[in-house]
Amino acid sequence: MPTPAQSPHVSQSNSMVSNHSKRSPARTSPTFEVSVVSPPSTTDVLVDRGFRGLAYVFAWLTIVLVCTILYEIGGHAFPAIQEYGLSFVTQSTWDANNAQFSVLPEIWGTLSSSLLALAIATFFGVFIAIFLTQDFLTPRVERVFTTIFELLAAIPSVVYGLWGIYIVIPTIRPIATWLHEHLGTIPFFSTPLSGPGLLPASLVLSIMILPTIAAVSRDAISAVPNQLREAAYGLGATRWQVIPGVVLRTASSGIFGAMVLGLGRALGETMALAMLIGNSNQVSLSLFSPANTLAALLANNFPEAGKVEEQALMFAALILLAITLGVNMIGTVIIDRTTRRLTGGTS
Amino acid sequence: MLTLQKPHRHVETVIHSEVLIDCRIENLYYGDFRAIRDCDLSIERGKITAFIGPSGCGKSTVLRCMNRMNDLVQGFRIDGQIHFQGQDIYHPSVDPVAVRRHIGMVFQQPNPFAMSIYKNVAFGLKLNRVKDDIPGRVEDALRRAGLWDEVKDKLKSSALALSGGQQQRLCIARAIATEPQVLLMDEPCSALDPIATRRIEELMLQLKERYTIVIVTHNLHQAQRIADKTAFMYVDTSNSSRTGFLVEYADTHRLFNHPQQEYTLQYLRGEFS
Ligand SMILES: Nc1ncnc2c1ncn2[C@@H]1O[C@H](COP(=O)(O)OP(=O)(O)OP(=O)(O)O)[C@@H](O)[C@H]1O
Ligand SMILES: [Mg+2]
Repeated sequence: MPTPAQSPHVSQSNSMVSNHSKRSPARTSPTFEVSVVSPPSTTDVLVDRGFRGLAYVFAWLTIVLVCTILYEIGGHAFPAIQEYGLSFVTQSTWDANNAQFSVLPEIWGTLSSSLLALAIATFFGVFIAIFLTQDFLTPRVERVFTTIFELLAAIPSVVYGLWGIYIVIPTIRPIATWLHEHLGTIPFFSTPLSGPGLLPASLVLSIMILPTIAAVSRDAISAVPNQLREAAYGLGATRWQVIPGVVLRTASSGIFGAMVLGLGRALGETMALAMLIGNSNQVSLSLFSPANTLAALLANNFPEAGKVEEQALMFAALILLAITLGVNMIGTVIIDRTTRRLTGGTS
Repeated sequence: MLTLQKPHRHVETVIHSEVLIDCRIENLYYGDFRAIRDCDLSIERGKITAFIGPSGCGKSTVLRCMNRMNDLVQGFRIDGQIHFQGQDIYHPSVDPVAVRRHIGMVFQQPNPFAMSIYKNVAFGLKLNRVKDDIPGRVEDALRRAGLWDEVKDKLKSSALALSGGQQQRLCIARAIATEPQVLLMDEPCSALDPIATRRIEELMLQLKERYTIVIVTHNLHQAQRIADKTAFMYVDTSNSSRTGFLVEYADTHRLFNHPQQEYTLQYLRGEFS
């Protein structure tokens, strides 16, 4: 792998070495008043160069890996892209018998379940993060709670799926029925909850991403300098003025980072969603209607797919990848902006 | 509850050497550690009172007691009373938030919020639900802090882009915007160069007309330049503990020229490290 950025450094250190070796007492160079500086030894230079080279290789390897994946999936999806084109993302049939494939409902389901889960998880995650950092608990209890929340991240997603089926759905069904009967005119409640659906899937998904969001937000919040909190308290602010006005504000780019991480995880989550979302190809505003996501579509249909369907699935995978990358980029831009707004461009 | 209405400024200037804060600390603990013992002194209205003493003797601790900032520290406990205008601020019925609105604080490290210069100064006004003429009050506070001319064209830009000395003056502006009666300053100049330090000292001498100032400083010359009264604290290392206590409290001139205590004399001569 050629490493273009390496050469100037190398030549620079070479020139330093030569300067040192040419040094003579008669010459008083203003830049090299060297008596305490010794030239880097050959080993130093080699280690330095080797490490830099290795870092470049690994950095490039990840890029190559992403490109290979894109190339492979793109290659497999190519016939489907040619065949369906834009209609793939604007229509809603998935019919292997008639070779009719399109993923609008899955795109809709992916985005709505993830964003809903993100909203719920951010609310609770930030709440938990505040609870764990702003002197509500004694340090020991704080540690215990933190460990428990981090354990949530270690539960396999199929277990979450089962939990959703056996506990979440039966629990929310009466509430959903009540909402549908009394507020059925509101589009969000326009269908009854028959079992799996968008809401149970999003609820379980939100609990799955909660540890990530809570942990990253907690780090961001506890990184807020104590001096800032003291400044606010010293002005006569109450705890509930300090937290939103200073703590959350200062930690906001970190909290956005937590949200981006959580959303990335939600978009790609497969198993629990395949078990809970209902796998139904329809676009509905109702929280209770069954839906589908791209990842669940792939997981459900891939094992028995024929050649044509497989190509369509690859197309769907490509779209999922694009959504994930897009979300991450938007997230990065938001984080950058926030950081810049907060620091006035000083960092 | 502290229900103190701010009295009229004209009245204040007439009264001489009125005790504003009466501090009677018997013992003060951080957890099991006794940090302070026997610290009795009265802060007088309209004067600058300086605390001097070796590092770790508890100057910051005493200062932070006066507006209950130490309540934020886990395990903090105090035996004794601190009266502010005749009311014990550690009385259970007193809201520490109300105390801090009357007794403002400036910290050793400049600590502006990550928001615009304007919003930094307006922050305290918003807390006090001041509605009328916020821009005017912000300008006034910045002028009194001697920062207005430097920032008037960039009020909307981030406070973090200011220099350290400017940030410290901004913090002073932020603290005086809400018109507290007392300003507690914990080594406000220790992160600043001599010129910025002089500016802040001049500022304190101006502010003295409207506020009572209590300052902690390691700079003995600074104390002599600005303080009306000076308190010298020292640390008692007997019984293998480190407990700070008040050694001597007097008019600055008298304390520096005719110290009554041996400890003070030795400290001023530089006989302690
Ligand atoms: N938050 C705290 N928790 C526990 N102990 C503390 C805390 N703050 C201060 N102390 C202890 O109290 C004692 C007095 O500290 P303080 O900060 O008041 O000293 P100081 O006189 O201000 O020192 P310096 O001049 O170095 O600022 C020290 O022994 C210190 O270790
Ligand atoms: Mg101190």
